[in-house]
Amino acid sequence: MKRTVTVGMILLGVSILVLFLLNLLLGSVSVPASQVFSILFGGESDAIGQNIVLKSRFPQALTALVAGAGLSVAGLQMQTVFRNPLAGPSVLGVSSGASLGVAFVVLLSGRLGGVALSRLGYMGEFAMTVAAIVGALAIMALIVYVARKVRGNVTLLIIGVMIGYVATAIIGVLKFFSAEEDVRAYVVWGLGSFARVSGGQVMTFVVIMAILLPLSFLLVKTLNLLLLGDGYARNLGLNVSRARLWVIICAGVLVAVVTAYCGPISFLGLAVPHLCRGIFRTSDHRVLMPASLLAGASLALLCNLIARLPGFEGALPVNSVTALIGAPVVAVVLFRRRKEDNAE
Amino acid sequence: MMHSSTIELHDLAIGYRNRHSVKTVAEGISDTIRGGELTCLLGENGAGKSTLLRTLSGFLAPLGGEVSILGRPLPSYREKELATVIGVVLTEKTNLQNMTVAELVGMGRSPYTGFWGRLTDEDRQIVDEAMSLVGICPLAQRMVQTLSDGERQKVMIAKALAQKTQIIFLDEPTAFLDYPSKVEILHLLHRLAHEMGKTIFLSTHDLELALQIADRLWLMARGNGVVSGTPEDLALDGVLDGFFHRKGVAFERQTGLYRIEPEYHSSVRLVGDEIACQMVRKALRRCGIDASAENEAPISILAEPGRFVLRDEQGGEKVATSIAHLLEWL
Repeated sequence: MKRTVTVGMILLGVSILVLFLLNLLLGSVSVPASQVFSILFGGESDAIGQNIVLKSRFPQALTALVAGAGLSVAGLQMQTVFRNPLAGPSVLGVSSGASLGVAFVVLLSGRLGGVALSRLGYMGEFAMTVAAIVGALAIMALIVYVARKVRGNVTLLIIGVMIGYVATAIIGVLKFFSAEEDVRAYVVWGLGSFARVSGGQVMTFVVIMAILLPLSFLLVKTLNLLLLGDGYARNLGLNVSRARLWVIICAGVLVAVVTAYCGPISFLGLAVPHLCRGIFRTSDHRVLMPASLLAGASLALLCNLIARLPGFEGALPVNSVTALIGAPVVAVVLFRRRKEDNAE
Repeated sequence: MMHSSTIELHDLAIGYRNRHSVKTVAEGISDTIRGGELTCLLGENGAGKSTLLRTLSGFLAPLGGEVSILGRPLPSYREKELATVIGVVLTEKTNLQNMTVAELVGMGRSPYTGFWGRLTDEDRQIVDEAMSLVGICPLAQRMVQTLSDGERQKVMIAKALAQKTQIIFLDEPTAFLDYPSKVEILHLLHRLAHEMGKTIFLSTHDLELALQIADRLWLMARGNGVVSGTPEDLALDGVLDGFFHRKGVAFERQTGLYRIEPEYHSSVRLVGDEIACQMVRKALRRCGIDASAENEAPISILAEPGRFVLRDEQGGEKVATSIAHLLEWL
């Protein structure tokens, strides 16, 4: 048992390394491997190759890695706190909040100020990020407020989904009144991408996530207790409503940050925890949290790699790839486990 | 036997309170629950058994009165402290997947483990002891979702034991179980109370079993508060007579048990072998026929092992080889 966990973690770690390297080596423009290595280790290289590897592929891979990890950890937390296998990181409407924030900036500013923020280049990008975070956190604050009022998990879940619908509806109204090119800009944002985050912003993103992800590990024992159900958790000394609040805040902030930088990335956060439960056959969060983090990172890297394969020219939206690649992987793992269970 | 009282209730009122209204389920409950004893809480659906258990576990604030646990008022316990004093087994079905029995029992150690919830060797030993007390060691590495209801109930009891609490509350631990499992679980709890001096308080609908196994009974009737005592005292006082006062149920003082009371529409004279007679009487009672040796009836039955002779009004005789056969003629 212990050994399989260690071996599994090491394999996941290795797969991250390999996929990260492949992300640097492969792309629509071919850069020879030797040149990539010399760029990485400060050797001689030409400016174009350097530009592609350092300014495009490296930040993109780093973004994918961190975003995949964050979404998967958040998804695991949501599934546990709501005891619902269909819960995902976006279930409480937090990512809809981010979309709403961005919609306000992209659609409304163009309408009111004459110049859409989205056309302001770097400033516009920054404004979109800020708007997404503000929108997501605003929705999360609303959810937290509701969570303190209602006792039932299911009620909270339904209210969260409702808030998501309301946000989507408002976006729909905004779209209706907006200029076509602004709507296009918004739709492109909504496709989600690991490539949007540029240069300096990548480091900000990575640093924020590097602080948030370890923080989310502090909830491991709490999550394990929540698995037992409210009554048992409470009897074992857990303040259930406070615990629920912390988990929601933690997952919400992770989703808010990732969505702000990458747009809404679907599927990964829902699927990766199931994948990890299937591989490690445990519901112990001391295993599942690091496993989800690592598996989320490698799956995101894999998806990013496929989205940029020569021939697709980066035209493939990352959300399509996550579902196309992820769904069969998860299905196969769960299916094989089911077979083994029956054979036992 | 001398037993220390571990839980004391003073004029306790229980129920639910929200912003607009107060719904009192029961009030004026003053009683004690003692260590080293198995106490069973009986009452019809809606009498407030679960509400009482929730209140005593600290899940629900009382509407009035006081609960003191081991000599201290219940509200003075912090959550973590209470977790080391009271263990519960609930009716809520946990939908746990991919967790082994040993891991689940190990969760009972949570109040004692550190920040990450890692079990020490001592914790593991306590978990093993708890599992062997309940007799589920062979299940230790099984996944919880593959267990039967009875096995799962035992696992939750083992969890409560691993919690090392003086008090264990169980909300209908025998519901959903087959009859042998019910007996097994109640025997187990009785043994734990007597051998380990635990204070075990459980609610149940299994009246007959509770009457036989419980050291004390708490009877809870809607709007009537709580009456308690040993099953035998309650029988002698006539409390049990009146408690489930329903048509078709009678309390037999001789046995101290409840029995289904049929309405007889006819009677027969029954003589013969003692055990065969008992079985025939039981079968006929179910059909609304009163059968006994004292009855002066035109129809009579001679019961012997494997042979039942039916003599009718005209003196005609028929011989049946089984009770089923006999019933067909009547």
